[in-house]
Amino acid sequence: MSIGLAEAIFPTVTEAELPADSRLIPAIEFRDVDLAFDDQVILNKVSFSVDRGQMRIVLGPSGTGKSTIINLILGLLKPDAGQILINGEDTTDFDDQDLMRIRKTIGMVFQEGALFDSLSVYDNVAYRLHEERVPEDEVEHEVRRMLRFVDLEDAIDKMPVELSGGMRRRVGIARALVGNPNIVLFDEPTAGLDPPTSRTICELAVKLRDIEDVASIFVTHEMNNVEFISSEYAVIEPTGETRFQEAGKTFCLTNTCVMILKDGEIFFEGREEELMASTDPYVHRFIRGR
Amino acid sequence: MNLLKKFLFELQAVTNLLWRSIKGLRKRPRYFADIVMQMDQIGVGSFGIVVLTGFFTGGVIILQSYPTLEYYGAQSSAGQGVATGLIRELGPVLTALMVAGRVGSAISAELGSMVVSQQIDAMRALGTSPVRKLVTPRLIALVFSLPLLTIAADLFGVIGGGVVARELHGLDMNVYISSVRTGAKFADLIGGAIKPIVFGLIIGLVACHSGLTTKGGTVGVGLSTTRSVVLASIWVIVADFFLSKLLQSLFGSTLF
Repeated sequence: MSIGLAEAIFPTVTEAELPADSRLIPAIEFRDVDLAFDDQVILNKVSFSVDRGQMRIVLGPSGTGKSTIINLILGLLKPDAGQILINGEDTTDFDDQDLMRIRKTIGMVFQEGALFDSLSVYDNVAYRLHEERVPEDEVEHEVRRMLRFVDLEDAIDKMPVELSGGMRRRVGIARALVGNPNIVLFDEPTAGLDPPTSRTICELAVKLRDIEDVASIFVTHEMNNVEFISSEYAVIEPTGETRFQEAGKTFCLTNTCVMILKDGEIFFEGREEELMASTDPYVHRFIRGR
Repeated sequence: MNLLKKFLFELQAVTNLLWRSIKGLRKRPRYFADIVMQMDQIGVGSFGIVVLTGFFTGGVIILQSYPTLEYYGAQSSAGQGVATGLIRELGPVLTALMVAGRVGSAISAELGSMVVSQQIDAMRALGTSPVRKLVTPRLIALVFSLPLLTIAADLFGVIGGGVVARELHGLDMNVYISSVRTGAKFADLIGGAIKPIVFGLIIGLVACHSGLTTKGGTVGVGLSTTRSVVLASIWVIVADFFLSKLLQSLFGSTLF
């Protein structure tokens, strides 16, 4: 992909909606967030932040609050205590209307794609634009560009039921990127996919991180995703093609951080190299499976 | 005590859903296309079964009552029974029960499937309120469609009664129509129009609430669909009693 094409796909990155010093403000910030359902503690004093162009990989076994973090960012859940800031705005006590405004700056990729069954691929991707009553010719232009980004322009007229699992996720990514959000949340987007398709999804996430300057949270429990995202970066060739290069031993990627949750708390936070070097039995059991 | 607590929580949730749907009407976008589509699915789609139900109900009223009326020499009042029975009670209640079965279950299953496949979460994440996009159009469509369907059921019930009276009992059609006109009072028509509005709200709220609170995958969708039909049917019958009492006190006890 050329710089020109990348700029054409993400021309504004919602700059107009962001504060002038937005690069100094974390895109996502959790400050001592607590959440419990009845007596079960889900999150306990969780604090972290994600800047633009950074990715935070959230690891952990099922039921440790990975998806809860995403639901809190979207405002689908309210914390019992603490603050959640999106692009510098404290959204903790926002009402539905303010949350709807905030959600428009966030793209969300769901585990199974969560495409609307009754709508075609075109209408799914165009959903946000149709809601905003954007003229149809502009909608079609935007939809085609997003589908080109995920390499699915040919599927524009298909219904979700006609798509494979990987194609559904890619359409989900295209839908999430409409409106140029500066935050993208991935909730186990590769679950149940074969390795090549998983890699394609990870490549899209890396492209967003490295080329589009998007802040992202990538929830997963698959170590091969962690290894790929933490060790490869995207560059644009003079020919315009996007190429993925391994960071190797010459330098390490500082824009990607791994976080492991345990019993509602951040158990590990650091780079993939630190994760792999950890001798902690819990981390070891989780990454090695034994 | 637990049952009472659960009932009160459910009532609170349904009332909250109604309030948010009404509040959503003031804001843009208003989803007129969705309202029209729902009216087509709910109103036009239910027309056939409602008409059939009305026709045979009218017919069976005459079938059962005619011999007794004949015994007392009151055959000429046969249409009166159909008119009052259908317009006051059977028309609105049977139409509501048919719509609860056909439409209530469909709404609950559709919304339930959307919940378990995260489509509702996706809608919220895309900045759309599911209440405004999904609940409000269905409620409006039901509130407008059900009175019209009830009128159709009443009309075809009267026709069904007339067909049975003439074909099986040889009653003159003019006599039948004249007795129908005597039986159908203006207050009956008002009552027959008010009840379906309330029933439409009940069916819509119960079905939408049931669908949106679905838990536990496809099994959950089945359970919420069953719950929706059962609860909507029960509440329609309970509400009918209290509405009849209210209308009686408003228009006089002889009418309702």
